[in-house]
Amino acid sequence: MADILVPTLGESVSEATVARWTKKPGDAVKKDEILVELETDKVGLEVAAPADGVLADISAPEGATVTPGGRLGGVTEGAAGAKAPAKPAAAAAPAGEAQPEPAKGQPAPSSGPVPDTRAPDERGAQPLAPSVQRIVTENKMDPAGIPGTGKDGRITKGDALAALQAPAAPPATAPSAPRAIGDREERVRMTRLRQTIARRLKEAQNTAAMLTTFNEVDMSAIMALRNQYKDVFEKRHGVKLGFMGFFVRACIAALKEIPAVNAEIEGQDIIYKNHYDIGVAVGTDRGLVVPVVRDADDLTLAGIEKAIGGLGRKARDGSLSIEEMQGGTFTITNGGVYGSLMSTPILNAPQSGILGMHKIQERPMAVNGQVVIRPMMYLALSYDHRIVDGKEAVTFLVSVKDHIEDPQRLLLDL
Amino acid sequence: MAQYDVVIIGGGPGGYNAAIRAGQLGLKVACIESRKTLGGTCLNVGCIPSKALLHASEFFSIAKHDFAGFGIDAEPKLNLPQMLKQKDDSVTALTKGIEFLFKKNKVERISGRGRIAGPGKVVVTGEDGAEQTLEAKNIVIATGSEPSTLPGVEVDQKQIVDSTGALSLSAVPKKLVVIGAGIIGLELGSVWRRLGAEVTVVEFLDRTIPGADGEIATAFQRALTKQGMTFRLSTKVTGAKASAKGVSLTVEPVAGGAAETLDADVVLVAVGRRPYTEGLGLDTVGITPDKRGFIDTDHYRTSAPGVWAIGDVTHGPMLAHKAEDEAVACIELIAGKAGHVNYDVIPGVIYTFPEVAWVGKTEEELKAAGVAYKVGKFPFAANSRAKVNHEAEGFVKVLADAKTDRILGAHMIGPQVGEMIGEYCVAMEFAASSEDVARTCHPHPTRSEALRQAAMGVEGWTMQA
Repeated sequence: MADILVPTLGESVSEATVARWTKKPGDAVKKDEILVELETDKVGLEVAAPADGVLADISAPEGATVTPGGRLGGVTEGAAGAKAPAKPAAAAAPAGEAQPEPAKGQPAPSSGPVPDTRAPDERGAQPLAPSVQRIVTENKMDPAGIPGTGKDGRITKGDALAALQAPAAPPATAPSAPRAIGDREERVRMTRLRQTIARRLKEAQNTAAMLTTFNEVDMSAIMALRNQYKDVFEKRHGVKLGFMGFFVRACIAALKEIPAVNAEIEGQDIIYKNHYDIGVAVGTDRGLVVPVVRDADDLTLAGIEKAIGGLGRKARDGSLSIEEMQGGTFTITNGGVYGSLMSTPILNAPQSGILGMHKIQERPMAVNGQVVIRPMMYLALSYDHRIVDGKEAVTFLVSVKDHIEDPQRLLLDL
Repeated sequence: MAQYDVVIIGGGPGGYNAAIRAGQLGLKVACIESRKTLGGTCLNVGCIPSKALLHASEFFSIAKHDFAGFGIDAEPKLNLPQMLKQKDDSVTALTKGIEFLFKKNKVERISGRGRIAGPGKVVVTGEDGAEQTLEAKNIVIATGSEPSTLPGVEVDQKQIVDSTGALSLSAVPKKLVVIGAGIIGLELGSVWRRLGAEVTVVEFLDRTIPGADGEIATAFQRALTKQGMTFRLSTKVTGAKASAKGVSLTVEPVAGGAAETLDADVVLVAVGRRPYTEGLGLDTVGITPDKRGFIDTDHYRTSAPGVWAIGDVTHGPMLAHKAEDEAVACIELIAGKAGHVNYDVIPGVIYTFPEVAWVGKTEEELKAAGVAYKVGKFPFAANSRAKVNHEAEGFVKVLADAKTDRILGAHMIGPQVGEMIGEYCVAMEFAASSEDVARTCHPHPTRSEALRQAAMGVEGWTMQA
């Protein structure tokens, strides 16, 4: 029997949800044929058959949470077609309950009364040390989320205490008993992506001293520039000249001026980053993802536009890799594409700043004592007041505004 | 020329366990031993025979001093030849046991003295002087150690003995002077004190059992003093003269002062042990032992390719179980596996009464390292089983990290603690916290409850004292 195992999910991704099995136990499978689709925090992942043969059993049914190296099922090697006995027990397990070989820990305190918290682990993993059991029960923590430093990766009391104190891991929301559903209601499990979005947004709010500052920018100059060069630009570079490239550039100029906005807090330290990896939020029908344009300061305007175009396409296809979404130092989100006039973006933790772009709207403006109509956009910068002072935040946003209103500055590094 | 995957020089706890493990892993292995019996110092003239005498002499002492209190009237009479014979019988049976294990695991035993003769070659000189050469892909040095000597005190194994001679004195000495208040001296001193000797222990340092936790050592010295042992700490021995009347030992304070003479029927020299590498041919493969005679290794690999060393000839505590663990790890490394020894969890035991046992860091070591720690303590006087057994002397002390509660050390003095320290070894191997032990059910009434109550004490919830 060849086991079908959960592949490495990528840095900082510790679990995935089984989204779909393409085969049933007893079906013939070919090596490298896609058998099961997993959904991680950020992306979908496909797992192929490890060998030719017959899908013998499924130990992680759809909806189950799995960890890297965990067993998803097994393939009986050899001539295809021979009916392998399906495991009814596994198939009958309610979605979301069965847990195939997690690395460690007992199930999180789940709904309903817990008569004996020391009950043998139904997932067949290591039982918890008594002290760890007490700490996770008293604090409603999920032991699966605690990195173990003990023998064979066991969780020690010190690990549990550290996890309890870590600000990044607030106690798991107390799972209350699911309420009964009314006739005109529908209960749908959040996708893994939605759960992650929810958790991370709340984490950012719980952690950072978040504050938003606003400004507005006159888009006339950029729009004129774009109208003048868009055709020749597209012909030369094979990519449309949009506004995003200008904003990425303007932000990098401002980040270089105010390094705290490109930094993050870790414990008692501030980590300043001398690289500019700009996350660009992309809305997809499955939720918001933020692919990262790496070393954007080294790219030409066309390079930035190309990178954003490529990542956006992948985001909509659901084919972004985890690496493509990790390690951003600053994020730009554009609510304007949906018509938003003003918003307060939430930080993409552990980053310290996020720029919100909005809809360009013609408004009467007073210019040199005259009322003129100008294409205006409100800008919002949400920042972590713990490391970014108000003066710095305002200066940052004014710098972005100045670069957009007077794009020659970008050329001259002003 | 016979060819082997592994040739092991020495058949003590390091050597014979290495040989068995190699056999288990399917390696072609030979073990060279110069003694007629296997088992090395430990089994022939160390741990095992001394425990046989400690056990027997403790019975004698209990019968003599404690039976009356239990309501048993008896007058025990010592039969020393029988006591020595039962010791020898046990040793013989156990050495035979290793021979059986060798056969079972296809280990070839070669009698004689092994010496390395260049890379991959070991020459064995038999008792008859005949030499044979073995070819070995790997050579494991497991030659162990021998008693250290003291200048001016010549061991004759009659009046002036070392740990070997002290195992078979033909009569109980009236006066026994033990030089060295370490484990060996105090164990063998205890044997002969129980059998009737007047025992004086002379120690150069200002404390007993160096390396053990200070509080334990103090309690231990007090217990032995109460039993009638006399301690002369901070005292050095400058010479010994043996005559028909006995031995006269000259001693003087380490700090300086007037010399004096101690008279003894027998003097036991127990000033430690030194690595044994004499005539081993280390130079033929370019290995030079350090100043104290130890062979440096990196995970049992010596500086010479294909030559390994384990046990007492290497650094670390000279303990059979340390050698045994190293033997397993060394052979597993040779076999391409992941052999490993956790040196933070090597226990020590003194088999006197009360027993002393410890594992991990002492309070002194934690203080020196600047580690913040908490202490939990529990006396056997508050333990029901110890109390009904009239063995309420001693205590258990647990040291745990102040922040993570991880157990850093456990130190005990009391009845049977040598048998109970393993609990803390397992706990520490699994990085357990004091709370983990405190929340583990222990049987009642047993002395092991004291271990749990002491663990509770770390976080201040000892319940039975």
